[in-house]
Amino acid sequence: MCTVCGCSDAKASIEHTHDHSHDHSHGHDHSHHHGHSHDHHHHHDHAPGDGGLVDCSANPAGQQIAGMSSDRIIQVERDILGKNNRLAADNRARFRTDDVLVFNLVSSPGAGKTSLLVRAVSELKDSFPIGVIEGDQQTSNDAERIRSTGVPAIQVNTGKGCHLDAAMVGEAYDRLPWLNGGILFIENVGNLVCPAAFDLGEACKIVVFSTTEGEDKPLKYPDMFAASSLMLINKIDLAPVLDFDLARTIEYARRVSPKIEVLTVSACTGEGFAAFYAWIRKRVAHMKPTEMAVSG
Amino acid sequence: MHEMALCEGIIEIIQEESRKRAFARVNVVCLEIGALSHVAPEAMKFCFEAVAARTIAQGARLEIVETPGAAWCMACSKGVEIKQRCEPCPSCGSYQLQVTGGEEMRVRELEVD
Repeated sequence: MCTVCGCSDAKASIEHTHDHSHDHSHGHDHSHHHGHSHDHHHHHDHAPGDGGLVDCSANPAGQQIAGMSSDRIIQVERDILGKNNRLAADNRARFRTDDVLVFNLVSSPGAGKTSLLVRAVSELKDSFPIGVIEGDQQTSNDAERIRSTGVPAIQVNTGKGCHLDAAMVGEAYDRLPWLNGGILFIENVGNLVCPAAFDLGEACKIVVFSTTEGEDKPLKYPDMFAASSLMLINKIDLAPVLDFDLARTIEYARRVSPKIEVLTVSACTGEGFAAFYAWIRKRVAHMKPTEMAVSG
Repeated sequence: MHEMALCEGIIEIIQEESRKRAFARVNVVCLEIGALSHVAPEAMKFCFEAVAARTIAQGARLEIVETPGAAWCMACSKGVEIKQRCEPCPSCGSYQLQVTGGEEMRVRELEVD
């Protein structure tokens, strides 16, 4: 079991678009589908005793001596996250083809991602086609909250897993209607550690941070803030009660990520959402030329 | 960081390599892990042992080569080495650093027979 987050074998289930009991879950075994090879790297088979041995066994515990064993050294040079990154690239290509702008919302549990999304999709749904993919270990409560606004949502239950991966998002996306020219919000599992490393194919990550969490969270969990383009500081209506130091929070976030954009909002009162929507609309407007430039 | 999922990724890479290069057993797995990659090497070793059980890599030793963190200091306009994120520039103390290296997580090589 993972000593960091307690996750063990990842069995994810992705719900169907219709609302019935979820006794038909989709196993999601990462060691199967995908039989074709994607190796783009060098494959030099090194003969026994090859001098190309790098220093990784040259520590005191290393027992292998080049030329003294029948072992072969094989140069692999492959990214451990290579498979996820390839699937994320496939997702990204599909999103581009479908003309869908995708945001990956990350935060610790309880920062208010779902409440924020409920408000945002309710207020944006008349302007854009919108869909939501909800990631949680268990329950479809969040997807139901989104669907109650009239916006289509697919729940992914990650089981013991602590993050969404690109394969889960690809499968969930298949079950959504075409969001032509619209926006897909992915609400990741509440976890400020693991989701930072897993590209889902999104245009960017948005980290939701709430005023109840303490100003130094960006320093405690720097990877997630470094991976995000925008920090939404939620529950700003509570700031006076909490003696929350906004300037210090922003300073800490920018220590980790000098270019991160920051907006303050309250999912409860609606404060700050106009600026958030302006930020989204700017992204929508820039999407096509940017994407064409990238793909060109 | 999700070391368990990463170890599953490593096993998959090993299995693919074993089919291509025809080996039956892995003795050493050499990883390159960047100092800023948010992998805890000890957690990685712990998880690897569990994930490798009953696979071609069962009992294989995990060797981890840590590569240094690198950043571009916008204030100094030069590359600097850092040990972790949120560290100031070792030359000028500024936090205006853009990470440029040390985020790698790679299987570098395998020792097989």
